Amino acid sequence: MAKEKKTVSVVSQECLSEGIYSMWLDVGDMAGEAGPGQFLSVYSKDGSRLLPRPVSICEIDRGRGRIRLVYRVAGEGTREFSGWKAGDQADILGPLGNGFPEVSPEKTACLIGGGIGIPPMLELAKTLSCKKKIILGYRDALFLHKEFEPCGDVFIATEDGSEGAKGNVLDLIRGQDIRGDVIMACGPTPMLRALKQYAAEQKIPCYLSLEEKMACGVGACLACVCRTKEVDSHSNVRNRRICKDGPVFDAEEVEL
Amino acid sequence: MNTRVTIAGVELKNPVMTASGTFGSGEEYGEFVDLSLLGAVVTKGVSNVPWPGNSTPRIAETYGGMINAIGLQNPGIDVFVRRDIPFLKKHDTKIIVNVCGKTTEDYVEVVERLAGEPVDLLEINISCPNVKEGGIAFGQDPKAVEAITREVKRHAAQPVIMKLSPNVTDITVMAKAAQAGGADAISLINTLTGMKIDINRRTFAVANKTGGLSGPAIKPVAVRMVYQAAQAVKLPVIGMGGIMTADDAVEFILAGATAVSVGTANFHDPYATAKIADGIRAYMERQGVEDIRELIGAVK
Repeated sequence: MAKEKKTVSVVSQECLSEGIYSMWLDVGDMAGEAGPGQFLSVYSKDGSRLLPRPVSICEIDRGRGRIRLVYRVAGEGTREFSGWKAGDQADILGPLGNGFPEVSPEKTACLIGGGIGIPPMLELAKTLSCKKKIILGYRDALFLHKEFEPCGDVFIATEDGSEGAKGNVLDLIRGQDIRGDVIMACGPTPMLRALKQYAAEQKIPCYLSLEEKMACGVGACLACVCRTKEVDSHSNVRNRRICKDGPVFDAEEVEL
Repeated sequence: MNTRVTIAGVELKNPVMTASGTFGSGEEYGEFVDLSLLGAVVTKGVSNVPWPGNSTPRIAETYGGMINAIGLQNPGIDVFVRRDIPFLKKHDTKIIVNVCGKTTEDYVEVVERLAGEPVDLLEINISCPNVKEGGIAFGQDPKAVEAITREVKRHAAQPVIMKLSPNVTDITVMAKAAQAGGADAISLINTLTGMKIDINRRTFAVANKTGGLSGPAIKPVAVRMVYQAAQAVKLPVIGMGGIMTADDAVEFILAGATAVSVGTANFHDPYATAKIADGIRAYMERQGVEDIRELIGAVK
């Protein structure tokens, strides 16, 4: 897949919840190259911030050549992005990384998102043709949940119990005995660690989208590595590059 | 117009090369930049055996720069020779292999392995601030600089560039020590040791606690040291430290650099190296400079 750095226009910007923003970008041909689980690197316009911010792809509109990013304001860089308006220009690099694998139509996939790990599950939910159980975990305020409803059965957990089941996604999965043939997930590391263990117990395949501080985004700088069970063929040590070899990994091959 | 420069008898088509550790072995950025447009590709540091590197987080952004503590992760010389050299040989550019080690014997082992390989120059990393042994330990004591330079030179088939650390009181002392040891060229600066604290998590931003500061934030320090080193020794100097644009590159050349390395800029723009090579030509045209060698060390 060809990746490139280009200047694109912002189509829209919307605040979905406190600190959570949704931005559509007019990316042209890049939309046709992108798939669920991949990410874009977004550059600041402020020269004091050199490194692009990796943001997972939330939705792809191939017909109109657009990509949607839903991101959390985590620092000054993402705060700057949240101020961009329709018509503003943005420099992006992408599509980066490898996305989620296909699932055969007769299977049931459990798509699990926690917090800001929820957005990439939306394009995945829209893409997979199999039966889907969608489990979303929030701290408190919900976002994007309604957009998942046309894609499958949606289950919600909140840490404070304000909506859906009280607790985390694993409490919900165990509490309601939600079962599937494969797990695909993105979210905080403790959640992914618990899902890796759960999938091993259930003896079902599990694919996890990992996150780490990145510099290059293309596999050159070796900043964003994760530890692997075996020696990797590229690195020749027990780690792999999240940006290039991931961000989606088979849970069996990584140590969290 | 001539943009060719010569380092230790090796002619580069232009003075733009990559800074070790920011460009892998060229494969990843080869998707963005035709490597044949570059004077040379300087590889990520390679050691005698595979090195796993440090824990994550390995990098943090800072104002106008970044801190890294990768820890010289590399697949080791065997994989490097089998995979990376054949890849680079497919391009019309010079190959400079950056060599790292924990002991003098480690460096020598890698240098000897490279003796029969189609490599143009060796760059000896005695300045990495992020590994506990080797690296900077060799680069902060002039006696150690001279000794390791001499030992590497004794075993090297290719000309040797010693990469110097800026984390010293007087860079000219280290440059002279490399010259006394028989170095064919010097390159500087490696990163400046720095630290960033995450005030929300109340911990260090990189797992290694300290890391190497790079990017435009360090450029004035780098230009000053390149100037001082170029004045102090007769060796060709390869200048680096925060080069983002062709103007930055020209500044280093005027300060005394025969060639320049582009590092952190690659992360900001994957096309940076090719743009800088083009921009140097545009500068020469604007200024009516026929031969780039007129610019090297032109500001005294």
